[in-house]
Amino acid sequence: MAGAEGDDSLYPIAVLIDELRNEDVQLRLNSIKKLSTIALALGVERTRTELLPFLTDTIYDEDEVLLALAEQLGSFTVLVGGPEFVHCLLPPLESLATVEETVVRDKAVESLRKISQEHSPVDLEVHFVPLVKRLASGDWFTSRTSACGLFGVCYPRVSSTVKAEIRQHFRTLCSDDTPMVRRAASSKLGEFAKVLELDYVKSDIIPLFTALASDEQDSVRLLAVEAGVSIAALLPQEDLEDLVMPTLRQAAEDKSWRVRYMVADKFSELQKAVGPEITKNDLVPAFQNLLKDCEAEVRTAAANKVKVFCESLPEDSRETIIMTHILPCVKELVSDTNQHVKSALASVIMGLSTILGKDNTVEHLLPLFLVQLKDEYPEVRLNIISNLDCVNEVIGIRQLSQSLLPAIVELAEDAKWRVRLAIIEYMPLLAGQLGVEFFDEKLNSLCMAWLIDHVYAIREAATCNLMKLVEKFGAEWAQNTIVPKVLGMANDSNYLHRMTTLFCINALSEVCGQEITTKHMLPVVLKMSTDQVANVRFNVARCLQKIGPVLDSSALQAEVKPVLEKLATDQDMDVKYFALEAISVLALA
Amino acid sequence: TSAAAPPVTSQTCQTLHDSLFQSMDLDRGTWIDSAFLSLRFSELDTRKINNSFLRDHSYATEADIISTVEFNSTGELLATGDKGGRVVVFQREQESKNQPHRRGEYNVYSTFQSHEPEFDYLKSLEIEEKINKIRWLPQQNAAYFLLSTNDKTVKLWKISERDKRPEGYNLKDEEGRIRDPTTITSLRVPVLRPMDLMVEATPRRIFSNAHTYHINSISVNSDYETYMSTDDLRINLWNLEITNRSFNIVDIKPANMEELTEVITAAEFHPNQCNTFVYSSSKGSIRLCDMRTSALCDNHSKLFEEPEDPSNRSFFSEIISSISDVKFSHSGRYLMTRDYLTVKVWDINMESRPLETYQVHDYLRSKLCSLYENDFIFDKFECVWNGTDSVLMTGSYNNFFRMFDRNTKRDVTLEASRENSKPRAILKPRKVCVGGKRRKDEISVDSLDFSKKILHTAWHPNENIIAVAATNNLYIFQDKVN
Repeated sequence: MAGAEGDDSLYPIAVLIDELRNEDVQLRLNSIKKLSTIALALGVERTRTELLPFLTDTIYDEDEVLLALAEQLGSFTVLVGGPEFVHCLLPPLESLATVEETVVRDKAVESLRKISQEHSPVDLEVHFVPLVKRLASGDWFTSRTSACGLFGVCYPRVSSTVKAEIRQHFRTLCSDDTPMVRRAASSKLGEFAKVLELDYVKSDIIPLFTALASDEQDSVRLLAVEAGVSIAALLPQEDLEDLVMPTLRQAAEDKSWRVRYMVADKFSELQKAVGPEITKNDLVPAFQNLLKDCEAEVRTAAANKVKVFCESLPEDSRETIIMTHILPCVKELVSDTNQHVKSALASVIMGLSTILGKDNTVEHLLPLFLVQLKDEYPEVRLNIISNLDCVNEVIGIRQLSQSLLPAIVELAEDAKWRVRLAIIEYMPLLAGQLGVEFFDEKLNSLCMAWLIDHVYAIREAATCNLMKLVEKFGAEWAQNTIVPKVLGMANDSNYLHRMTTLFCINALSEVCGQEITTKHMLPVVLKMSTDQVANVRFNVARCLQKIGPVLDSSALQAEVKPVLEKLATDQDMDVKYFALEAISVLALA
Repeated sequence: TSAAAPPVTSQTCQTLHDSLFQSMDLDRGTWIDSAFLSLRFSELDTRKINNSFLRDHSYATEADIISTVEFNSTGELLATGDKGGRVVVFQREQESKNQPHRRGEYNVYSTFQSHEPEFDYLKSLEIEEKINKIRWLPQQNAAYFLLSTNDKTVKLWKISERDKRPEGYNLKDEEGRIRDPTTITSLRVPVLRPMDLMVEATPRRIFSNAHTYHINSISVNSDYETYMSTDDLRINLWNLEITNRSFNIVDIKPANMEELTEVITAAEFHPNQCNTFVYSSSKGSIRLCDMRTSALCDNHSKLFEEPEDPSNRSFFSEIISSISDVKFSHSGRYLMTRDYLTVKVWDINMESRPLETYQVHDYLRSKLCSLYENDFIFDKFECVWNGTDSVLMTGSYNNFFRMFDRNTKRDVTLEASRENSKPRAILKPRKVCVGGKRRKDEISVDSLDFSKKILHTAWHPNENIIAVAATNNLYIFQDKVN
């Protein structure tokens, strides 16, 4: 490998190796990230016999270094000599799988799962499975939690004797003393079930699932819900009722709101897994209960699922179920005491109109929309407004416009600037759906008022909003309605408003086109170059730079150039700077 | 006993315990002898420990005052925190044949600065470094973890051992001299060599910015995943792995602070029901909450309160009924509370009145006025259970601490001081006398030293070893070894 005389190519590697233990974490991290370079230089033999043993014992390091190490080792097979030697990577990953930091352990497990695929069936039984067993029977729960994630990858590839052992180990971990391990087992139960033979799913997994779902710890039970969904998807329809449903029903009525929350949160997946019949008979009443739950968190989670749940109901009975079972609950939620519940509902309720069709929407949903549009919490109103497009498709927005307008006006004047910002962002959408006439009549003045809001973020958003409106309604509309008002602000006594004129011109020049820009905007900008406030003057320079490309060259040479040259001799440093920048960008020098 | 009994030592502890309490049953008269007086005296002077650590003067300062004491779940480690923000961890000596008398002695294992004084510039508020509470986490790997808190910030510390270090550089020789890069002809991979044991303490997580008021308690949940931190008005629930988010589970802050009549004084999780916790208040009540019923536990599911005796009512009634500490028994069946003059045991199935009430220093009842004037009446005494929930311990003044046997109803007053007891000698019971006649060995109420108070004590989870913090000194007492 190395020559007798010093070898220049070794130096960078030598630095990398030494920096594996540098005081500076960043340097150690860099070295670890280049571990493959080091291994390549050492060759497969020395990597196996020297580098890996060293790495196995370096688990004292910072989390980020260990995380990088765990990740690197997952793609190290070639560097230790190929699949034949892949088991050499197990010791360092085993020690990483026992550290207390969850992200590091998870990464080590991920890498172990990855390299398990590179083991031959024989190596898997000789090297990998013993490691899994060691972790599974380790003294500390960190190692036992890591083991839970490894059963699934070895199970399909080992002999039936070993399979039996693996099942036994998994069973043991499901009844571990520490909740940490039971949680890990509970969260991997679904995944493990997927690789098991159906008979064993029924004989092994179901009892474990039932036990975990009635664990004394809430945190274990709620993870079992997710496992239940996966298991339900594996079983034939006729077994679901006996094997899974009693437990899931019990979870939906668990004493702990966190478990019920989990059921609500996983409801769509559950619905998919159990199929239409059980959905009709079991899930509909369960969903009703969740929508009426006494804990607001649960109602919020359930409210979020209203649309998806209804969409996935079997077509033959969809409308009936919604109208007779779901809608009454939804009506109650509209006047819930908790704002998060109402807000979650408002974000999905509009979606029901496409499912129910025009007549039902007008008769049943519209009144609800109108109530929510008047809700005391701005977030609820915003959520309704942001989803108007669904209703528009079904019944047209006009049905709503009478209530919409006061709602929008109120949000537009809300004391919280974030609320005002949110409604501005929906303006272009509303304008498109309400049409230019309605807009001019009712909303235009709002859009102009935002330009002189006392919060910069609002003025900025208002400027951007104007541009989008012009894109929708066209340049002619702009010239007639907004350009005169914007330009009028150039004479305002407040310099912030004068600057807003410039910002608007920046945004509008391109969409308005050359004619309007040259004829109407440019003269105003040029006139402002003599403003007494330096901030206005340098924004004139920036504005000219921005609108320059829209102008024709004669206007540039005849009108813009002299003004910029004058600004370039301004006594204010910033004005000079931006003027010179504009001159160079527009190539006017 | 506690669920996390250590695998190795529990046998011996149990034997010790059995014999201890068997003798108690046989001869009630001699019980105090066998149970308490035989506590062997082995004192640790934290000043000495701190000398080598930070301070080079031999007198104790305010910063040396111990502010919390806590055994870990096996009793192998004992942690103390002090007003100077330091945490000192002691480890129990392994039993050795050469020095049998050293069995059970605790020596310094690790010392570190947990909190530093800070200044909140937004509120113009000084934040003391004083460690208010320490709680150990269940052991998860070879390292030990503890939570320590001052008024505002909870920190998770890892205490780990290292006994190997890497040797061999490419670009340096053994003495650290830089090698000429052109002479490098081969690469060297560092090799790990044994070295002297080194104990390191590293901060793993910092949980901050969640408390407007002063944190008085932290408690780790039996789910091993969450803990709660409690201040005067609110209780927050944290995931041990997430520092940027906590959930408020109790909030008693009134909309108008002028309507404030009650503050939270302590809170603790049930030892094995992960959804149950209790908190105590300055009005002498204890509320038990069930986290299953709702996300916000403002509505308690049980309220433990003793009706006030109108004949005993005085200006000080409310102050002395304020609960300074609440502890679940190891079994989870009982609650112990400490107020200014008493320790009470409550059955969690009976809310109307305590099951047992023990007088800690009833002779102070006549002196409440002067105790109030000197602010001593606001001292916050803590209380602890022994491993089998049969004996209670709490502190008093004049370096006295009290133990109460729940079965025999006998009690004893002991003193933690260097002047009045010798190392490895048996402790003598002390007696305070009220009124004129003072017998030999008795001390008069009027000569009690109120500046010497024992606020913090700890009991080994399954042996008769106790740790008592008396201002800047930590005393460890244990059963007499045959």
